[in-house]
Amino acid sequence: MQELSSLVEQALAEVAQCAGLAALDEVRVRWLGKKGTLTERLKSLGGLPAAERPAAGQRINDAKARVQEAIEARREALTREEIERALAAGRIDVTLPGRGERRGGLHPVTKARLRIEALFQRAGFDVATGPEIEDDFHNFEALNFPPNHPARAMHDTFYFPDGKLLRTHTSPVQIRAMLERGAPLAVVAPGRVYRCDSDMTHSPMFHQIEGLKVGEAVSFANLKAMLHGFLQAFFEQDLAMRLRPSYFPFTEPSAEVDMSCVFCGGEGCRTCKHTGWLEIAGCGMVHPNVLMASGIDAERYSGYAFGMGIDRLAMLRYGVNDLRLFFENDLRFLEQFRTL
Amino acid sequence: MKVPYSWLTDWIAVPWDAAGLGERLTMAGLELEAIEPAAPQFTGVVVGEILSAEKHPQADKLRICRVATGQGEPLQIICGAPNARAGLKSALAKVGAVLPNEVKIKAAKLRGTESAGMLCSAKELGLSDSSDGILELPADAPLGAALRDYLRLDDTVLDLNVTPNRGDALSIIGIAREVAALSGGKLAGPAARAAGAAHAQTVAVHLDAPAACPRFAGCIVRGIDNTAATPIWLRERLRRAGVRSISPVVDVTNYVMLELGQPMHAYDLAKLEGPIRVRFAEAGESVTLLDGRTAQLQPDVLLIADAAGPVGIAGIMGGARTAVSAGTTSVFLEVAYFAPDAIIGRALRWGLTTDASQRFERGVDPAGQQRSLERALELIQSIAGGEAGPLVLTESEAHRPVRAAVTLRRAQLARLLGAQFEDCRVRAVLEGLGMRVAPLPEGWRVEPPSHRFDIALEADLIEEVARIVGYAAIEERDAVACERVRALPEAAPSEQGLLEVLAARGYQEAVNYAFVDPQLQQRLFGDVPALALANSIASDLSVMRVSLWPGLLRAALENQRRQRDRIRLFEHGARFEQRESVTYEIDTLAGVACGPRMPEQWGLPRPMREAADFFDVKGDLEALFAALSAHAEIRFELQAYPCLHPGRGARVLREGKPVGWLGELHPSLVRSLEFVHVPVLFELDWAELTLDRPAYREISRQPQVRRDLAIVVDESVPLSRLAERVALVASSLLRDLRVFDVYRGPGVEEGRKSVALGLIFQDFSRTLTDDDVARLVAAVVADLRVSFNASIRE
Repeated sequence: MQELSSLVEQALAEVAQCAGLAALDEVRVRWLGKKGTLTERLKSLGGLPAAERPAAGQRINDAKARVQEAIEARREALTREEIERALAAGRIDVTLPGRGERRGGLHPVTKARLRIEALFQRAGFDVATGPEIEDDFHNFEALNFPPNHPARAMHDTFYFPDGKLLRTHTSPVQIRAMLERGAPLAVVAPGRVYRCDSDMTHSPMFHQIEGLKVGEAVSFANLKAMLHGFLQAFFEQDLAMRLRPSYFPFTEPSAEVDMSCVFCGGEGCRTCKHTGWLEIAGCGMVHPNVLMASGIDAERYSGYAFGMGIDRLAMLRYGVNDLRLFFENDLRFLEQFRTL
Repeated sequence: MKVPYSWLTDWIAVPWDAAGLGERLTMAGLELEAIEPAAPQFTGVVVGEILSAEKHPQADKLRICRVATGQGEPLQIICGAPNARAGLKSALAKVGAVLPNEVKIKAAKLRGTESAGMLCSAKELGLSDSSDGILELPADAPLGAALRDYLRLDDTVLDLNVTPNRGDALSIIGIAREVAALSGGKLAGPAARAAGAAHAQTVAVHLDAPAACPRFAGCIVRGIDNTAATPIWLRERLRRAGVRSISPVVDVTNYVMLELGQPMHAYDLAKLEGPIRVRFAEAGESVTLLDGRTAQLQPDVLLIADAAGPVGIAGIMGGARTAVSAGTTSVFLEVAYFAPDAIIGRALRWGLTTDASQRFERGVDPAGQQRSLERALELIQSIAGGEAGPLVLTESEAHRPVRAAVTLRRAQLARLLGAQFEDCRVRAVLEGLGMRVAPLPEGWRVEPPSHRFDIALEADLIEEVARIVGYAAIEERDAVACERVRALPEAAPSEQGLLEVLAARGYQEAVNYAFVDPQLQQRLFGDVPALALANSIASDLSVMRVSLWPGLLRAALENQRRQRDRIRLFEHGARFEQRESVTYEIDTLAGVACGPRMPEQWGLPRPMREAADFFDVKGDLEALFAALSAHAEIRFELQAYPCLHPGRGARVLREGKPVGWLGELHPSLVRSLEFVHVPVLFELDWAELTLDRPAYREISRQPQVRRDLAIVVDESVPLSRLAERVALVASSLLRDLRVFDVYRGPGVEEGRKSVALGLIFQDFSRTLTDDDVARLVAAVVADLRVSFNASIRE
């Protein structure tokens, strides 16, 4: 049986020399296959005396098992090596840029508008819209601007030959909303507005958002709370707000809204011209003449209205220092605002 | 309006300094726009008297003056001013004085003669923009007094923004009334002196338009010297209020207007012919105004006329014919009340805004004519002498404006402001504003003073209470919230969501003006009618856009000029279509893509590095529509559109309804606009971008089978028609149809193309056998052979 043990040694040596899985399989077939050397040995047991057969069979099977085991171990090692090699070969430069389209984005004024809309929607306001080409009734008359009124001179209005005009403010949407929906109602109306004025700080087209709330007990105190809450939420700052009496034909009492400067916190800086305050909106209680022109019973209902410049809010929020940048569509500018 | 602080204190004790006053007025609705010192800083300037003025021996234009300062010996001062003369009191800057702009006065020698200081002009002291000599002070100016003290130059001028509803505040007395209301103080202005008539001459006045002019006070002053010097104190006040000194008569009329808010006009009596009529203009009339211009008058323009015709436009500007000049010796003074309706809007027709028109448009106190006239007479006589005749008030009692009483309800006040006020506080505020207040069970009956044109409704009174109490005194209070859930229509997509689809595909949102260059628009759309502005700010911003493309193309070109190779822009906004002279404002989503298909990057196959074409943007639109509906049929039909390539432009249809356009810019425009890459444009009607609510459809559990076919057809056969036939023949068993190649070249005849289709079959109830599929494919092939003369490419 010396021969068997040397056969095993030889088989094990061959296994150890195998450099690949294919070679290993050949070795397996040669030793353990149907016609393999050890398999043949087993077949030759028939030539032995019956009494020796079990012990001889046992030895051969042990020898087969040893070779089998060695093959399995080698297979595992070779497989691992192959994976390692594949992994090493598959190594990439992870610092190369990713493939595909590059994201665009929304205009900063749109971003600010959507944020403003969302905030007011959280407070129960619907978003309403109206036409940009308006008639005198909606833009002026129903808003209590009599013909030739000096207050009209403050609106540098673009006119069309037929007497229609480009709306000078989003306030006409107030009238449309009240005429269409009646009271009670709460809407904000964002949109483009136009004035024939163009310089460093004025664009002939800009963006406003109008707010209107009409109900049975809507008060000036509510207006203050709503605007202050909005400004704090929009700027995410605990800023102060003050209302200064002013004049708009369509509200009474009327007020200009100042907020403490978002850059210096009211200490005084260039943006707030060292006053600590930034003028940010106009507001007031809806004038009874306006309620009446819009078919709302001014004895039963009261309302407040406010208007502000979206462009200005966007400039303050995103630190844009020149209004004209919003209308130049320079991709180098726009791309700075492409986050969601 | 410019308000010198010191002038105000003639009328009321102001308990605040200038800055404090500005703050209080701002918080009461008279916004402080600027606050400035009345004079620039200077020191060492005193009142001096020229005792003698001798010609300088070495210079023709210089004089050697001996100037007394009330202390010590007179000083020798060399002066070049033509008006340096013995007996004149003027401003002397002594050695050591510092004039504005840090000019230091030192002892100097002029042409060999010592000068111990300098006699100053108003310009040198920063009191005027120009001067033609040294300052002339009145004879009673106290010798040696500091000029700053004597002229009260340590004064502050507040520039207030008076809103159009507050004509009553366009005067010193008006601001003083506000201060009284805010401080609880009392007005104590100079009392007007009614002087007796020194002669009996009058000018008859006829009020032909009594509603427009119900009151007219007039008076003749004879024998005046209009060459007299207006005293320095009055000129100083005019200067601080921003008005130039002209002559005693004009200065006084301006002074009274600034002080009392009543504009007035002086006519040269010698040039006035016969009685005055206040009437509306007749057609074709014109008048030459003080500024030399001739104004054509419309019948709604109120005139002052004499027997020879118009002598001025009422409340706006006087005429040249009767203007007061240096030689005027007798004047007729007009102090009238003109109703705002008769003045409003007229001045602008001649491009005018005068101090008078500004005040009459907003409302001048209809009760103030006599007082203003008396004040003016007093001042004119004290400066220019003369004798005043009787003060004649012509009036139409029936047309005199009346302020109706207004009821203020306690409950309404509290309801509108959301705050409670004590009765006595409310009453004190209203009375402080000069209103007559009587208690009523529900509140107060309030009679506004004649000068308040803005008080006619309860809301007007509520505003007054809030304003004077201070808006800060009204505490913020949350509204009672409504808890009803409001509608959220699912068919309306979120705007943000929709825009984000494009943003995610590389598009950047642009905002363009709604008015565009008519030439560019015409190049793109030919003679499509566009709405033109009557008053555009620039010729290239003068017509309303009929499409968002002009703006987007312009923006794309600008970015190309900034060396951008790859541009993707979109815009959401209105376009304005004119159809049969009706304007339609159409909410629109549009975009432009030009430049490479993908951003520059490594590892892209060559075709992906080429410029974007129709199909790239079509893919973007398909993504957009996929975000809106799972099943809606979107079709692109080849159609000609003015500015698009005739073979590469398509109408976009959703469920058969036209919703927009897609295409490549016409090659001639690509060339003439100098685009480097062909822009691909799309434009969609926002209203059609509705959202289809997803609805579940049964999923087949059976396996699917795919068969690929390469079909060779004529170039003219569109895929859509192939797909239609395939779908028809394969009927409900066709789950999907994919196009995976379109080939032209060797193996396919000229004028034909090979379209590779992937047909995916599936049944709901059973597994399709090879035979089933073979039959289906054979039927499809047979149909395509007949329908399109198709052949199958192996």
